[in-house]
Amino acid sequence: MSGGAKLLVRVAEVVVVNELIKRFRFVSRDGGPLPAFSGGAHTVVEMDDNGTRRLNPYSLMSSPQDVSGYEISVRRDDAGRGGSLFMHNHVKVGMEMVLSYPVNLFALDNRAKKHVMIAGGIGITPFLAQMAQLHHFGGKFELHYSARSRSLGAYMDRLAERYDSKVHFYFDEEKQAIDLSRILSMQPLGTHLYVCGPKGMINWVLSTASKMGWPEKALHHEEFLAPGTGKPFDVKLATSNKTITVGTAQSLLEAMEAAGVDAPYMCRGGACGQCETNVISCDGNILHRDHWLTEEEHAAGLKIMPCVSRFEGKSITIER
Amino acid sequence: MTKTVFPPAMKSRPVYGVLEPRSGANHLVIADGEGADAVVEWLAKHGDLAPVLNSLHIIYTAGPNGTDKTEQLKKMGAAQFYVAPSISALLPRLQRVLADAHMGTQFYLTGTEGLMGQAEREIMATGFPFAAIQKEHRGSTVRRVQCVHCKGITENVATDPFPCSHCGLNLFVRDHYSRRIAAFQGVNIDAEDPGLVPEPVVRFT
Repeated sequence: MSGGAKLLVRVAEVVVVNELIKRFRFVSRDGGPLPAFSGGAHTVVEMDDNGTRRLNPYSLMSSPQDVSGYEISVRRDDAGRGGSLFMHNHVKVGMEMVLSYPVNLFALDNRAKKHVMIAGGIGITPFLAQMAQLHHFGGKFELHYSARSRSLGAYMDRLAERYDSKVHFYFDEEKQAIDLSRILSMQPLGTHLYVCGPKGMINWVLSTASKMGWPEKALHHEEFLAPGTGKPFDVKLATSNKTITVGTAQSLLEAMEAAGVDAPYMCRGGACGQCETNVISCDGNILHRDHWLTEEEHAAGLKIMPCVSRFEGKSITIER
Repeated sequence: MTKTVFPPAMKSRPVYGVLEPRSGANHLVIADGEGADAVVEWLAKHGDLAPVLNSLHIIYTAGPNGTDKTEQLKKMGAAQFYVAPSISALLPRLQRVLADAHMGTQFYLTGTEGLMGQAEREIMATGFPFAAIQKEHRGSTVRRVQCVHCKGITENVATDPFPCSHCGLNLFVRDHYSRRIAAFQGVNIDAEDPGLVPEPVVRFT
């Protein structure tokens, strides 16, 4: 079975955080502790949405010191494919659900002497767990967190209370912006930089840091992509000897799963590389949307990441 | 030409590149002996020299073979230029500079492996990623070797095998290198047959 071992959990708590965000707490159905994780880890939540199987990755935001449960925060995306709406509208306390084991693609580099974190909106969630971890072990950090408005600045109250002057908040509505070049110019040697938020913010932070001479190995980011929608297309699966049609609101990975093909996956957001698949023949354009393959690999067209990427053209055959 | 070509060796043996210009708020050069030539060539690659020179700190010491290009380097006009009497006197100065340095500083190490390895170790200790430290080998190829038996380090090893300067065992010089210790590994060559020691050969000059 792809996706690794599963965790059987029960929903213990559903909390409305603000008008867009709900928080969910999961505990093990057998009452025992859940596997330990490190700050920055995520879990893939399986949803049965009226017969449609949805698997969405969410960062674990609870303290890694607490294995009695996992907490995630879900921002409602009314225009999305439906995963967040399912979580908001259908997940209630007491419901039984299935999670993947935690996987960390956004771990702290513990060789760093200091950690600077830049968060945008719901991008705060992995940092909540990382800060709890650093606080526990006495690590040095500072957080710069921007949100649209005060009412949408999730968890700012508890962060200010726990971490005081280590956390800084910015509100778009009040025309406040993170003074990135000033912040980056003041960091002691051995500082690592972490960013999680909208794509534009990630690009801005990474490119500014590179221009200022920060080495690539000191820069860390996480961005889960939703698979996105597109025109339907047919794919020939060489190993399984099947031809499938990928629907408008379906990913290639989901279409393979729906056809009974046990394709490998982990993050389902174009980040981890687990689902990488060889392209045997292709008459058309692969619409690469992942940030796993390099630009050269995208151009070569010999590999595809079925979790987020699509195809447009006459025919494509992949090795699956 | 002082550039060095090393024969292919095991994976742990460090390989070196050529210093290239990089953007950054500050530039720190650590060099010894013939490394001065690499610094001059690196500076010549910059279109506009003034911004680099204004944020450039060079720390230099003579090479283990006696090569001293202090005068040549001094003329380059770096904002700060410091000459240390030896590598071991240079390292405390480097530690002090690193304590005050900020991210955005670029590092350029050039000269012998002993100098580059020890400077790299100090920079790595700050948490700075070692992959981002530029290194170019110039000059002498004598090695800094740690005896795996007594753990003592012998500097400027030229022959293989050689007697450990601490415990006296006859050591074979391996290509096995430790970034943490900044030294190659020396292993007793006559452990099974004491006294059966091959004739020392000058392998490092």
